[in-house]
Amino acid sequence: MSVHELAVTESVIAAISMQLPDSQVAVVHLEIGRLSGVMPDAVRFCFELAGEGTCVEGARLDITEPEGTGSCASCGTSFPARDALAVCPCGSADVTISGGAELTIKAVEVTDDV
Amino acid sequence: MCETCGCDAAGAPRLTTLPAPDHALGRDTALGHDPAPGRDTAHDNDPAHDHDRPHGRDHAHVVPLGQRVLAHNDDLAGRNRAWLAERGVLALNMMSSPGSGKTTLLERTVADLGPSRPVSVIEGDQETLLDARRLAAAGARTVQVNTGSGCHLDAAMVADALTALEAPDGSTVFIENVGNLVCPALFDLGERARVVLMSVTEGADKPLKYPHMFRGADVLLLNKIDLLPYVDFDVDACRDAARRVRPGLSLLPVSATRGDGLDSWYDWLADA
Repeated sequence: MSVHELAVTESVIAAISMQLPDSQVAVVHLEIGRLSGVMPDAVRFCFELAGEGTCVEGARLDITEPEGTGSCASCGTSFPARDALAVCPCGSADVTISGGAELTIKAVEVTDDV
Repeated sequence: MCETCGCDAAGAPRLTTLPAPDHALGRDTALGHDPAPGRDTAHDNDPAHDHDRPHGRDHAHVVPLGQRVLAHNDDLAGRNRAWLAERGVLALNMMSSPGSGKTTLLERTVADLGPSRPVSVIEGDQETLLDARRLAAAGARTVQVNTGSGCHLDAAMVADALTALEAPDGSTVFIENVGNLVCPALFDLGERARVVLMSVTEGADKPLKYPHMFRGADVLLLNKIDLLPYVDFDVDACRDAARRVRPGLSLLPVSATRGDGLDSWYDWLADA
């Protein structure tokens, strides 16, 4: 198991527990960019285990995965970036990753207050 | 389990302060030190943090959060950064895989710069005081952070370590992270710059294999160049790999044991 994904999952649960300490959470909406270095499947794997005994125990995890975007310093265009080492269609590797690194808790759905 | 990283750290990190030998640093003990970048005061107790949340009953509703997953660490890092800036302290986050020579580089740097520029160290390792002892012997006041099974330093650990360190205003603080090319890349500590080391006994393709670490680097030190005659390492290929991940990244070839290239490192520090 990757430390990264467990790290991220623990942080998600800690943040929700801090914001909504008295709530029972039904759904957690996460955004995990494709170039964030975090694997959604591994987060799903960790979520159930790490959520035990917390306000997200039993909650469903909904993950959206924004595509990567690169900005080319040579030709000035933006283009879809499949991985962290993407090369611009113009051939330049002078590229800054400008999208796809998201790691955000978008929202939670709460069923009731305890 | 560690609250931010799932690294199964059994309990709080342990801090140990090792003072420099008296002669090593002309420390001005009259300097006042405000207590800490403070990590658990205003923020965590701020009632605004939960008072505007909706209180639904018996029906589902959506609570928008729009919160970065590592927001708590990043907030603390921001406070460390402001605290350091107020005091004119230059803090550098030193990262590499284990065995690249971070501690040896810092020993040499402390010995060379210490007489003219106050230098102290926050030393991160899972266990032992071995590195802190080496750096204290070299002349730097050092705080060892033992993370247990934790695989990285985080902003909260650094806030506590800065309090214990009492670095003089205008000084330089090297934060030697836990040796690891993966996890430390995620955690902002409040440093002014990130220094990444690798050595010629590692593969020249390391930057491509660990792009997150190298993308965040402000400078790359290539250590152990005294071993180049004996190993199959292509410096140009390494530089190219690093610049594929981080365009324009400076690579400084050095030997921390023999001293090659250290002037360019010290020049970089002077401009940092």
